[in-house]
Amino acid sequence: MRTLKFLLRKEFRQIFRNRSLLPIIFILPMIQLLIMPLAANFDIRNINLAIVDQDHSSYTQRLISKIGSSGYFRITGFKPTYQKALGLVEQEKADIVLVIPQNFERNLIREGTQKVFLAADAINGIKGSLGSAYLTTVLTDFNSDIRTEWVQPQKLNAEATIDIVPENWFNPLMNYQFFMVPGILVILVTLVGGFIAALNIVKEKEVGTIEQINVTPIKKWEFIAGKLIPFWLIGSFDFTIGLLIARFVYGIIPVGHLAVLYLFLSIYLVALLGFGLLISTYSDNQLQAMFVAFFFIMIFILMSGLFTSVDNMPIWAKIISRLTPVTYFIDVMRMIVLKGSGLSDIKYQIFIEIAFAVGLNGWAIFNYRKTN
Amino acid sequence: MNQFGVFVQKEFYHVFRDKRTLLILFGLPIVQIILFGFALTTELKNAKLVVVDYAKDIASGQITARIAASPYFSIEKSVLSNEEMNIAFRRGEVKCALIFPSRFNEDLLHLNKAQVQIILDASDPNTAKTIANYLQSIIGDYQRKLNAGSSEPYKIEPELRMLYNPEMNGSMNFIPGVIALVLMIVCTTLTSVSIVKEKEMGTMEVLLVSPFKPIYVILSKAIPYLGLSLLNFIIILLLGVFLLDVPVRGNIVLLFAESTLFIISCLSFGLLISSFTDSQQTAMLISMMGMMLPTIIFTGFLFPIENMPLPLQIISNVIPSKWYYTIVKAIMLKGLGFQSIWKETLVLAAMTGVLLTVSLKRFKTRLA
Repeated sequence: MRTLKFLLRKEFRQIFRNRSLLPIIFILPMIQLLIMPLAANFDIRNINLAIVDQDHSSYTQRLISKIGSSGYFRITGFKPTYQKALGLVEQEKADIVLVIPQNFERNLIREGTQKVFLAADAINGIKGSLGSAYLTTVLTDFNSDIRTEWVQPQKLNAEATIDIVPENWFNPLMNYQFFMVPGILVILVTLVGGFIAALNIVKEKEVGTIEQINVTPIKKWEFIAGKLIPFWLIGSFDFTIGLLIARFVYGIIPVGHLAVLYLFLSIYLVALLGFGLLISTYSDNQLQAMFVAFFFIMIFILMSGLFTSVDNMPIWAKIISRLTPVTYFIDVMRMIVLKGSGLSDIKYQIFIEIAFAVGLNGWAIFNYRKTN
Repeated sequence: MNQFGVFVQKEFYHVFRDKRTLLILFGLPIVQIILFGFALTTELKNAKLVVVDYAKDIASGQITARIAASPYFSIEKSVLSNEEMNIAFRRGEVKCALIFPSRFNEDLLHLNKAQVQIILDASDPNTAKTIANYLQSIIGDYQRKLNAGSSEPYKIEPELRMLYNPEMNGSMNFIPGVIALVLMIVCTTLTSVSIVKEKEMGTMEVLLVSPFKPIYVILSKAIPYLGLSLLNFIIILLLGVFLLDVPVRGNIVLLFAESTLFIISCLSFGLLISSFTDSQQTAMLISMMGMMLPTIIFTGFLFPIENMPLPLQIISNVIPSKWYYTIVKAIMLKGLGFQSIWKETLVLAAMTGVLLTVSLKRFKTRLA
């Protein structure tokens, strides 16, 4: 135990002496937490629309002002022909082109039906399909306005209608930040803990100081624990600051118990740091450790369900996702913070995370050899 | 010139000696392509839905059958009490509940009006919105079939065309994104580390006192990484074209020229990082940990930049990968020529110029 105390003192001294490392550990994550959630927004708005109005009737005027006031579209240009409007799409100045053909108003009333043309830039699939869906909704609304003006009311009521009453639980205002901030906080803790732990032992190898440790009577587990505990404390500290930012900047107050959150965090950090140390014991130099860590952490982040839901993945990808410790923490974080899930709701995740922690650290201790 | 060749050779030895790093260097883009191409999608599939049916009549049964038949939903359990439903939501076992009130069919037939309730797990607002949209369209279809007799007068029919990507191939959007992301991270890290390493190990001193000019020291470091990055670019491009059916519609020579420009700008950025760090650890943490999220987010391939608040839109302009992404999209997917992207190219070239000048100015030929 006394040895461990000395090891800890050494580690802390090394960390706090490194002036350029400190801002990376403490300040960089916080800045990212302040900026990223504002940017990571899937809520599609401000769709740039180019309009080709070949009719110039009162109906087209009404339609255009209705589109403008819907709040989703920004009309970026009126062009006489479709070809010219397509030029705006090529320059990325328009996402969708709406073509209102000649005699739009006359045909709609006389013939009872009229086509309009939409062309959407579909390179970004979500934007293309959501944008055209919004525009279609506006058109349908406009259509029923016209219809009510021309058709007697009793005829409309004859149709059977099903009213759909949606109710949004856990996040009634559909605030995307409520969803992203907890997830991004998990990623930031993961980046700090994972990378720094991965670089740590290998640095001693590269610089040569590991030899000095190897010839002392320090036991393997003491050495690993001495590396693990400081980063565990740093990770918890960063997490706490992050929670405060979430509380005071984004107004996110965890619905569930903080105690449950911290319980899970402490297990998660042990698992994550074990992973970092494992990479470190396998690597020969810092660049290698960093690249290996980057490789895995990148996969962890992409597969964790931070940006895209795990449910949408094919089976093999779901299995990979289940094999990464980050997935469970993002899950649990969102459950506790947004839904107020309690200990009994997350016991499955806790068991798995404990398994990760024991397995990864056991492997790291096993793989750390005191002889070359 | 011979001297220069020897130095380039030295750098190549450094690179090829470390097999594991090399493996990651080329494994990284391959894994990313596979994940982005086959695993990551915002398209809704198998969303877990629970139906609470108090009516148990024909109409509710038919709607449930339609929902079960769609690929978007998988129906979990069928009967739930309120209490059970709460727990299922809290544990994340279901994303949505559809509730039919009793006498659903009767209301529909006699009053011409009936209600269904949808409860959504809005902790993920985007999925919640998509689920609501799909359910609405399924129920709307059913309603239209019910009213098949009466026709709708004065109908506007929108005719939709999806430009550049009619099959809605999701890979289209991210292949340029992955190229930008991988090149940015890999080039920046490699250059900054390789220079800082010489400082840390003390070998920089040796290089600087040799008759070899400092500028050549830097150049000889840049050339191997330029080569490796171009190779990486080719691999991603080939995977994209042959594995994911992403077309290259424009001029391939132009694409390579622009990519080389982008790689040079990343290398200069790495050089800049190396000029104000003195340990490998710091250089790596800045170029990887610091750059990863900003590059993912500000390149614009995951989150549209127009959605961001104005200050962030302005910030995104200083990220070189954003400009490169626009260029690659224009050449590869839209098949446009140089006249449509000269502005972006100019911005990228100007950035490269500034980065290069600043970092060369800061590059110290004397060690403190």
